[in-house]
Amino acid sequence: MQRFANPGRFMRLSSRVMPWCGAGASIGLAVGLYLALLVAPPDYQQGEAVRIMFVHVPAAWMASFVYGFMALASAVALIWRHPLADIAAQAAAPLGAGFTLLCLVTGSLWGEPMWGTWWVWDARLTSVLVLFFLYVGYMALVNGFDDATRGARAGAVLALVGAVNLPIIKFSVDWWNTLHQPASVFRLGGPTIDTSMLLPLLIMAVAFMLYFAALLMLRMRTAILAGRVRAARLGEVEPVPEPRSRSHAAGSVG
Amino acid sequence: MDALARFLDMGGYARFVWPAYGAAAVVLAGMALQSYRAWRRQHGVWSALEATRSKRR
Repeated sequence: MQRFANPGRFMRLSSRVMPWCGAGASIGLAVGLYLALLVAPPDYQQGEAVRIMFVHVPAAWMASFVYGFMALASAVALIWRHPLADIAAQAAAPLGAGFTLLCLVTGSLWGEPMWGTWWVWDARLTSVLVLFFLYVGYMALVNGFDDATRGARAGAVLALVGAVNLPIIKFSVDWWNTLHQPASVFRLGGPTIDTSMLLPLLIMAVAFMLYFAALLMLRMRTAILAGRVRAARLGEVEPVPEPRSRSHAAGSVG
Repeated sequence: MDALARFLDMGGYARFVWPAYGAAAVVLAGMALQSYRAWRRQHGVWSALEATRSKRR
């Protein structure tokens, strides 16, 4: 990990990896959509409405995964003061919020025809709504300070505390009686979905993951560049040492 | 044509399936667009800063 601590090295590495992630995501989405909409069979109970699964479930997985990533990056930022950790967590947050929103919207569109309701306050749906608010709260908190370091610190603590919600989301369908169905892919005894549906689902999930990786790198590159701009402007105005608050974002230039 | 109409109808679930895929398109494209615009903006600022600096030297 330490070898990637250098923002300059990250800029070089990400400029090479990012296009591959983007290309992989594009191919994955194309193949995944083809299989999901044209090849996968209709469900024997749900009919064609089951096709909502191919966007809903990958979005739901990403919603939790991105939060886990954010919490891990926040822990690294708090413990080791890794110069890229805060940048990574802050770059991931809007993407995670987007995936969570997509999960909620598609879930609602799936719930109405199958359950007869757009929304129900069951444990799974409520805990995912809380996840969305955690993302939004994190972003508001990080940007709510004049001092960027203090904002990052407060946000990192919130991200870590909020991580208790992740096992609640995962096990909510086992712990409580929910209208939402229990796990059917990541469960003991293997998936209960037929391969003809599981394959497009997994391809879409990989595509979403690569899409996230590409955008995460792009956003981190933007943040590093913003730090360099700040550092350069401070150097132009007066030859005083950089204030501590901005030094982490500036990183080592060049 | 009949096959296309049947595909678009989604077994009567068209008003749920297509908005779901539409929402996915909007959210994914929105994330990419916002991220790319922010990068372009920052890149423009950085290039302008570099230009003035090299002029001064």
